[in-house]
Amino acid sequence: MELFIHQVLAGIATGGIYACMALSIVMIYQAIDHLNFAQGEMAMFSTFIAWQLIQWGMPYWVAFFVTIGVSFVAGVFIERVVFKPVHNAPILSHIVIFIGMFAIINSLAGFTWEWTIKSFPSPFGTRAVLGEGLLSAHDAGMIAVTLLVLVFLYIFFRYTRIGLAMRAAAANPESSRLVGIRVGWMLALGWGMAASIGAVAGMLIAPVVFLEPNMMLSILLYGFAGAVVGGLTSPGGAVVGGFAVGIIENLAGTFIPYVGREMKLSIALALIVAVLTVKPSGLFGRRIVSRV
Amino acid sequence: MIGGKLLEAKNVCAFYGATQVLHGLDLNIAEGGITTLLGANGAGKTTMLRSVSGMVRTTGEIRFAGKSISGRATEDIVRLGIAHVPEGRGTFVRLTVEENLQLGAMTRRDTKAIPADIDRVFGYFPRLKERYRQQAGTLSGGEQQMLAIGRALMLRPKLMLLDEPSFGLAPLVVQELFEILRTLNKEEHVSIFVVEQNASLALDLADQAYLLETGRVVMAGPAHEIRQDENIRRSYLGY
Repeated sequence: MELFIHQVLAGIATGGIYACMALSIVMIYQAIDHLNFAQGEMAMFSTFIAWQLIQWGMPYWVAFFVTIGVSFVAGVFIERVVFKPVHNAPILSHIVIFIGMFAIINSLAGFTWEWTIKSFPSPFGTRAVLGEGLLSAHDAGMIAVTLLVLVFLYIFFRYTRIGLAMRAAAANPESSRLVGIRVGWMLALGWGMAASIGAVAGMLIAPVVFLEPNMMLSILLYGFAGAVVGGLTSPGGAVVGGFAVGIIENLAGTFIPYVGREMKLSIALALIVAVLTVKPSGLFGRRIVSRV
Repeated sequence: MIGGKLLEAKNVCAFYGATQVLHGLDLNIAEGGITTLLGANGAGKTTMLRSVSGMVRTTGEIRFAGKSISGRATEDIVRLGIAHVPEGRGTFVRLTVEENLQLGAMTRRDTKAIPADIDRVFGYFPRLKERYRQQAGTLSGGEQQMLAIGRALMLRPKLMLLDEPSFGLAPLVVQELFEILRTLNKEEHVSIFVVEQNASLALDLADQAYLLETGRVVMAGPAHEIRQDENIRRSYLGY
């Protein structure tokens, strides 16, 4: 029993990472109606920017918020320069661009900062808050920030006009134009916000997995799993899904023979398949009902 | 009550890619009036509305309240007070009825007056009030049409463009809807430009009518005169 509780706690700790990533994935999905495969690499690049700022002597929290700002501008820039020209292109063109961006950003980071593994500071410290080596102060801080971002997003999308305009623009661009919404800028804004949230995720994840150009590779996959489990239309569901993936992964690794550490990644993929088979809209996703 | 020209189209041609759909259209919409554009399928009625809203490539000139709006972006044309209720109603199906109405007022700066305007829309369409928090995609066709008109009203438009409001609706619902359009025109002083396939219905509602055939105006005049025309009666009214 004790082992079980320990593993659940450890799962919550890693789940915090996935929840963070899943949230940024759902965010961009809401804004552009596509999955952005380069989301993880954008987050990684942002984290390198933060690392560079800290190396130059900037205090952690200043670097944290400067990075969020820079990422926002970069996200808007990417939409305006890369995606605006291909706006009406079929979805496959977008996917190819996502993959291209993935490779470019990955190489650019390696080229600029080299492929060596770097440590990234945690603003919360690393002492244990719950049991030895189970839930560290950083884990707790990461979970708190994720929930804070979630609350912020909820309020933004539910209760602000601009949030409503963004949801409308993503769902029905033509009708949105007819009520005067500047759809192109809403997309750009969505990209900016997704890049910012990705930056937050990257900066919180880096102290755990260490900073290097490939740090997001497997995390992106877990993040996708979390987002799909929770439902791509539900930011809250994505966070719950992220935690669920973390816990299930840990429990399966401990209690199911043969799974072990090596097979953990397959669990994420198995979860995606299982959820899509049984409940395609995810556990908390909204099913779209419409009359014809 | 019916004043000068609110919308003026001169020699308007419209294109989808290389295909020309409108061939030099001239048309005036009087301020405070109801103008209808009649014609068969594919005559270019929808395209004319889309030309006004800047949603297709056009040549020629379209002026609204004396200012040229040709070549301007849809988002900017809306801000001048032209509300377009598109073909198929353009409902935001995933959003609630309330959010759909809020979106109609998206360009307005006087946000304090919006709740009162939503109440006014509910005055015209009580059924929307019952469905306030419901996902708009679950409404019936008639209710969605009401929602689309309500959304347009939230702009406080000078001119409302309606694309086949009767499409796919039961005759009773259509009657109710057209009655409300008449009221809106009188009480809210909204000028209306309505495109219809149902000529009989549209001629009852409108005071001016244009008949479109393959992208050209072939007849224009007061609605009651058009109604008397022998050819119109035979081809469009069917008696």
